[in-house]
Amino acid sequence: MSERRETRDAYGEALVEVGRAHPEVVVLDADLYKSTRTVYFRDAFPERFIDIGIAEADMVSTAAGMAASGLIPYCNSFAIFLTAHCYDQIRIQIAYPNLHVILAGSSAGLTQGPDGASHQSLEDIALMRMLPNMRVLVPADGVEARAMTLAAAAKIDGPVYLRLGRYPVPDVLDKEYRFQLGKAVVLRQGPDLTLIACGHMVNVALQAAELLANRQVQATVINMSTIKPLDREAVLWAMNATPLVVTIEEHSILGGLGGAVAEVMAEDGYGARLIRLGTRDVFGESGTADELLEKHGLTPVAIAERLRHQFGR
Amino acid sequence: MEPGQLHELKRRAAELRLHVVRMMGAGKAHHFGGSLSSADIVTALYFYKMRYDPQNPAWPDRDRFIMSKGHCVPAQYAALAMLGVIPLEELPTLKELGSRLQGHPAAHLVPGIEGCTGSLGQGLSFANGMALAARIQKRNYQVYCLLGDGETQEGQVWEAAMTASKQCLGNLTAIIDGNGLKAMDEPSCAKLMEPMAQKWAAFGWYVREIDGHDMDQICQALDWAEENADAPSMIIAHTVKGKGISFIEGRPEFHNAPLTEEQLQKAIAELEANLRELEEDGR
Repeated sequence: MSERRETRDAYGEALVEVGRAHPEVVVLDADLYKSTRTVYFRDAFPERFIDIGIAEADMVSTAAGMAASGLIPYCNSFAIFLTAHCYDQIRIQIAYPNLHVILAGSSAGLTQGPDGASHQSLEDIALMRMLPNMRVLVPADGVEARAMTLAAAAKIDGPVYLRLGRYPVPDVLDKEYRFQLGKAVVLRQGPDLTLIACGHMVNVALQAAELLANRQVQATVINMSTIKPLDREAVLWAMNATPLVVTIEEHSILGGLGGAVAEVMAEDGYGARLIRLGTRDVFGESGTADELLEKHGLTPVAIAERLRHQFGR
Repeated sequence: MEPGQLHELKRRAAELRLHVVRMMGAGKAHHFGGSLSSADIVTALYFYKMRYDPQNPAWPDRDRFIMSKGHCVPAQYAALAMLGVIPLEELPTLKELGSRLQGHPAAHLVPGIEGCTGSLGQGLSFANGMALAARIQKRNYQVYCLLGDGETQEGQVWEAAMTASKQCLGNLTAIIDGNGLKAMDEPSCAKLMEPMAQKWAAFGWYVREIDGHDMDQICQALDWAEENADAPSMIIAHTVKGKGISFIEGRPEFHNAPLTEEQLQKAIAELEANLRELEEDGR
């Protein structure tokens, strides 16, 4: 297994590459540049970096003005502050006119850890997914975080929400992986059930699939790293191929990956069952990342134990 | 400024007010008060101050105007129509289904509208972004942002105020349309507003207070602001809500309200009389 990396690290490094390739890229941060890893960009391109201070809404609206003037801004803060605190600004000033602004929400999910509910973003995917024009991306590992960071400037013209974390994960994608917006990736195939995961949970899903295989339950694993536009074809394919679909996310089961997949299955489904794993309409709390994943049943062991019983094994 | 030019600006302001009231018409709720209180300022910006090519509203070096108090966008629509950026005939489609002329500014729909506003308090940050972009892209344009006095109750305005002075945005001028009324009543009923000028000065801005209906004072203040190259400028314009129509002036119930057909005709008659007077004076 490869070395573990945090997606925010891969993002911060890739941002310097983006800055080199695109002179119109600017980076804004709200007093978290060491934590969000935009400090690398700041050091490389100080004239294109602005620390707006502890004023997330001001940052987002400023970025909109810059985008309307031909720049490509990357806005940075913790995921919850960026999405929840600035929802109105993102909605009216960025999503409505379809401006090319990248919103990088860092330290997302339960794995934010000790800071507790105020800082643990369990609703950000749902919030961003509701906005017309918004693209919602959740990288599974460092490889994908880099690929998405580059694609957000070069391949997408419009608003992007990029969900990043501070939880070290091994690379699950190979170095040659090419990110395609709205295209899910099948990482493993088995006939019994499909695990559809995003972000840190992709690695957890792969490990759970291994444990299930030991019990003669063969799982398909899909990395659904674009939540919007969702790869409907991949969901429909999974429903056809296996009788059970399980979504796994480090986010509320309401409105996020599980919500998006449920919507497709309800409208276009053929009767496969769905289990949504994630947080169940509750706030987070202080604890270590691993303790919190354990508590919410989001470890490979907990997932495999729960799912093997579906097959009586 | 020579007297002829000043007179012509006053005539244009009167014409702009007439367009505003005609496009709003009777029987539908509209933001008469704020659109009319800002009419002289908007006129001075588009017909006196801004470097602007109506043939090419996306010209990268144009001066930019952000209507942060987005509900007063009819005044901006009128100016853009008078310049020929949008057709004059389109104005009466304001707020109708299928019209580009939304109730609040939609930058992606209407040429000449720079940013989406309507949720108050966000426009000054947006203007900062445009002013910063000029520095980063080494362009030489000015950015103007019109705020309501009530709008300054939004906290983001003060976040933006601190950003603009920290970033030394000498190419930014904000103007407060100080008409002394918000949607329900006076701003001071809800928050301590004064001393407004001292607040902006303390935030690192150049500040000047003017009569926002005195065209000469408006133009002089805009010239003064452009000279301030090392910090942003704030022009606090004292205005009258509904200015130009006797029975609307200073009346909070016309913040967003319909006129009856009779009221509309009376309003148009008053504005036409004013315009006629200015045109006769000019001869």
